[in-house]
Amino acid sequence: MTWTSIFIAGLITYFTRMGMVTLINKDIFSENFRKILNYVPSVVFPSIIFPGIFLDDYGTLVTITDPKIYGALTAIIVGFFSRNVILTITSGLASYWFLIFII
Amino acid sequence: MLSKFQIFKIGFFDVAPHLLSVIPFGIIFGAIGIELGFDPIMTYATSLIIFGGASQIVFLQLLSGGASSLIAITSVGVINSRHLLYGAVLSEYLNKLSSIKKLFISYFIVDQGFAVSNVYFKKNKEQNFNYYHLLGSGITLWFCWQISTILGIYLGSIVPEALGLKFAIPLTFIAIIINELRKSDHLLVMFVSGLTATFFYNAPFKSYILISPLIGLFAAYLILKFKK
Repeated sequence: MTWTSIFIAGLITYFTRMGMVTLINKDIFSENFRKILNYVPSVVFPSIIFPGIFLDDYGTLVTITDPKIYGALTAIIVGFFSRNVILTITSGLASYWFLIFII
Repeated sequence: MLSKFQIFKIGFFDVAPHLLSVIPFGIIFGAIGIELGFDPIMTYATSLIIFGGASQIVFLQLLSGGASSLIAITSVGVINSRHLLYGAVLSEYLNKLSSIKKLFISYFIVDQGFAVSNVYFKKNKEQNFNYYHLLGSGITLWFCWQISTILGIYLGSIVPEALGLKFAIPLTFIAIIINELRKSDHLLVMFVSGLTATFFYNAPFKSYILISPLIGLFAAYLILKFKK
């Protein structure tokens, strides 16, 4: 039963990947639709980022003192000025660990 | 003109920084699968067959918690529906490929690969063989995800939970969209979708992952209308 579920879930996931790539002709995209698609990364990633920072493992809001908030803030500031992916991630993790283990 | 292999290599190097979060995430996933009581082969099979980090964790969690297969499968579909949006963006650049190539390359469309290859496609519209960038980033991510899942399955118990490595996931996505923070319209839709996701996080089937981008896109639509 579990194996069947894994295969069906895999097929559905594959369809989400291939559906738009193979079935859609780019000519049907209007200029406005293209403009809106430019916003896709800006709507999808924050949908993962915000809950990852502001919610705990049980889906409850964290308090303002939560180290994740300050880790994320550090990452945003460092990333904004450095434009460096590795620096962004490591500075966020480093400040997070600093708050958890040292303070 | 760059060769196919050179473009593939650029894809590899562009996505390499993201491995810093993908590999720990894969290790955590492998460990979680074992902890939830699934055997190593089954845990690994989800990485090969589903190949979608967050959805794999939710899938195994739901099944181990006694949820019906239908709910577990639906939640995978809902969480991964964001690929439809990626595919819609990428189809513009991949539409000249043969169907076989499209079917093959589609398997490798994931968050980080989409993000870096989409940037590359936008900057190099006139170049041939651009899809090798997506193959470079996608296959790199795929390979690391498979290896790190296996590592997690075997080394999982050794990785201290106290490190909270899951936090590397939002940090990676921050790094991906950091340049969009400079644009006020993007910043606004980020807040709309982010806050919506937080609000709807406990909605059934993790459907927040679909609801909040849609509301964010609606906000973007309103912004575009307002700008005119």
